[in-house]
Amino acid sequence: MSTTTANDTERHLNRRGFLRVSATAVGGLLVALHLDVPAASAQEGAGQTPPPKKDYPPAAFVDIRPDGKVVIQVNRLEFGQGVQTALPMILADELDADWSQVVGELAPAAEVYKDPLFGIQMVGGSGSIAHSFQQYRELGARTRAMLVAAAAKRWQVAPEQCRTQESVVRGPGGQSARYAELAAEAARQPVPTTVRLKQPSEFRLVGKGVRRLDSRPKCDGSLKFGLDLDLAAMKVAVVAHPPVFGAKVRSFDDKAARALEGVRDVFEISVTRGGTGVAVIADKFWPAKQARDLLKIEWDFDGVERADSSRLLEQYKQLARTTGLISVARGDAKALEAVAAANRIVAEYEFPYLPHAPMEPLNTTVRFDGDRAEVWAGSQFQTLDQMAVAEVLGLKPEQVTFHTEMAGGGFGRRAVPDSHVQREAAQIAKRLRGTPVKLVWSREDDVRGGYYRPMHFHRVEIGIGADGMPAAWRHVVVGQSIVAETPFAMMMKDGIDPTTVEGVNDTHYNLPNLHVSAHHPKVNVPVLWWRSVGHTHTAFVMETLIDELAARAKADPIAYRRKLLNPEAKKLRSALDLMDARSAAWRRRLPKGHAVGISCHESFGTGVACAAEVSIENKRPKIHRVTVAVDCGLAVNPLTIESQFQAGLGFGLSQLMAKGAITLKDGLVEQRNFDGYVPPYMPDAPVAVDVHIVPSAEAPSGCGEPPVPVISPAVVNALTRLTGKRYRSLPLVAV
Amino acid sequence: MTTYQLNVNGERREVTVDPSTPLLWVLREDLKMTGTKYGCGVSACGACTVHVAGVATRSCMLPVSHVGERPIVTIEAMSKDPVGRAVQDAWVEKDVVQCGYCQSGQIMTAVALLKHTPRPTDTNIDESMGGNICRCATYVRIREAIKLAAQNIK
Repeated sequence: MSTTTANDTERHLNRRGFLRVSATAVGGLLVALHLDVPAASAQEGAGQTPPPKKDYPPAAFVDIRPDGKVVIQVNRLEFGQGVQTALPMILADELDADWSQVVGELAPAAEVYKDPLFGIQMVGGSGSIAHSFQQYRELGARTRAMLVAAAAKRWQVAPEQCRTQESVVRGPGGQSARYAELAAEAARQPVPTTVRLKQPSEFRLVGKGVRRLDSRPKCDGSLKFGLDLDLAAMKVAVVAHPPVFGAKVRSFDDKAARALEGVRDVFEISVTRGGTGVAVIADKFWPAKQARDLLKIEWDFDGVERADSSRLLEQYKQLARTTGLISVARGDAKALEAVAAANRIVAEYEFPYLPHAPMEPLNTTVRFDGDRAEVWAGSQFQTLDQMAVAEVLGLKPEQVTFHTEMAGGGFGRRAVPDSHVQREAAQIAKRLRGTPVKLVWSREDDVRGGYYRPMHFHRVEIGIGADGMPAAWRHVVVGQSIVAETPFAMMMKDGIDPTTVEGVNDTHYNLPNLHVSAHHPKVNVPVLWWRSVGHTHTAFVMETLIDELAARAKADPIAYRRKLLNPEAKKLRSALDLMDARSAAWRRRLPKGHAVGISCHESFGTGVACAAEVSIENKRPKIHRVTVAVDCGLAVNPLTIESQFQAGLGFGLSQLMAKGAITLKDGLVEQRNFDGYVPPYMPDAPVAVDVHIVPSAEAPSGCGEPPVPVISPAVVNALTRLTGKRYRSLPLVAV
Repeated sequence: MTTYQLNVNGERREVTVDPSTPLLWVLREDLKMTGTKYGCGVSACGACTVHVAGVATRSCMLPVSHVGERPIVTIEAMSKDPVGRAVQDAWVEKDVVQCGYCQSGQIMTAVALLKHTPRPTDTNIDESMGGNICRCATYVRIREAIKLAAQNIK
């Protein structure tokens, strides 16, 4: 892989530059989410006044211990994306700390740990590095300045005469002092308001491939995830959820359940969508689950809509033939009709509900002590989850101590606006006052529990011009809104959820006559953002259609894309060029029966291009090799970025798995576990992935979500070359 | 409730549990060894993989009453096992983990593979590892790390 980064360039990086780009890099999400940040932050790049600077006291983020350990608070959940390494790297670099002594800790819920732009404590929108790069640099530089000030005072020299390196301050006369011995004095120094930040050429950690801090404890079983929490006198709870979302318990017989040894209590609680369920409390998980299986529950389905995915698909298909709420109306609305029918493409695409299914099943532990409570959860939304627990328990948020637990994946599933898991846990803890209770969602609860990537239907009509380029593009998307009726509803624009149309609306292809509209049907299935959100389906539609257009124009798919991309789509162009250069050799020497598929897509401010070498084995795509190029601005940790892309492509392939869908029949989810919903296993993933990073000194943009959108269209474009068929319906049941 | 004498990582451990309790939950909740993970409970993901008499086994569907005298080895013992240590070191060297939740099971499966097939081919790796889900999909690096560990053993 390429590890060329800011160290190779002397380009000046000033603070406003970073802020500007990071403020615009996240698209729609930003505009809506600055819950307590002035709206000006979104327009700062437009030359307006920056928002009042929030105060981030170094003491809340950095603790230099007497043994030399530098403990850095990470204001994000770590659930695989590598932020527990990357944010400490950024801070430690400016601090000139000894990296071998750096420890990253996941910060609890607190005002000071809120995302500087979103204004709540969260992970999402691939914003961790984009939003906290500048913040953590400044924290490191401020802490360093305070250590230097303490040393200068001690030695009666000017701070400018001191140098720092590897957790040591050195004075002009050969004096030296370790950070650990200066820490107490440094803490009494005033926090400097302005500090000089390093030039990229001075970075020692940023831009280097630094191994993760959490590797060893994740390899020897010692790392504790939320589900591994064990507190004195703790009980374990499971909940029997209604089989249809929103159904209620009419009556239940818990005689057999209560007779099981180790079962402590059985009672009704409220669950999502106005439904109710039955909680079983036991000493341990196994008796709790056994007892749940013994419950005899009569459910009340009165007035509850029973969603059915086959019927929904038919409805969506009909809806897509009508214009929805207008999202983009660019150019001539009649341009399509001006193109002869023979030169039009009419394409309809189907996408199913998708579960996130993180490996660590959902869980939350709560202890309620009357006037205060304590929570342990792997949460992407600490602020909201803390508020939800407080609300259920009749407390103020500040009376709820909220610990961020390491999480085994999430992909959006731990960023739930209604905090339904935490609300269940809080209700149970309320009844068991004084006793900590760990609520565990079994895998079945997870697979059948809703909060899926919404089902979608796209209908696209394209008129092809005489030059083979799209002269008219009419696009209708049908899918439930994710943000409607949540605290994020403020993101809605003209009645449209931007996460439904992102990736089409803001396409970087030059489509002079683009008309996009959306329908948001209301369906009794809870939906949620699934890693890369709208781009999961929009990139598939766009990139397979662009390939189809290239094929009809008898053009090379890379050359066609290059021709169609807007000149200002710099990140996509640079990624496409780098992918082209690095894959050219193998693309020219494909074995018989192999084909290459191309895609490129920008999301969350990061441009990605992909070439996949595919054959067909046992009627399934076999992915032999993928070359991917990424322009994510300055690459803070190229090793993590390489990993995120290699594995993120694999995650993206979830969409193509034969059993990669959630379906509902008469209101019931038809899959139960990993036997019914089957994510990619090793043989389904690419055998090899080479990742190339475009050298850049621009502000860093996210890398968590951008790998996901590109792989499915690339693979399918290769399949089309092998079979001549178009694939417009996911999951990919048959090749 | 029945009392069982188990041989876990070379030590005699006594537990009193319902005979239907899967070994996974005995390890996690009675013996407080939480390195072995619950992922699905139906032997579909491999997060709970341990070695039972040297064979990579899904502990989530193995009732404790069926274990008998067979020695159980878990992720907690891998640092002291030469092959286990080599695999862990290769995992760290290759920066394999992401969320890390499945990696105990991946490592236990990889160690069993390398103990029986010290020089595995890609096909061997696919066949042995093909039942373990990594939802982050770190498969490319898992494959590289297995090959690195194979080189480094002896």
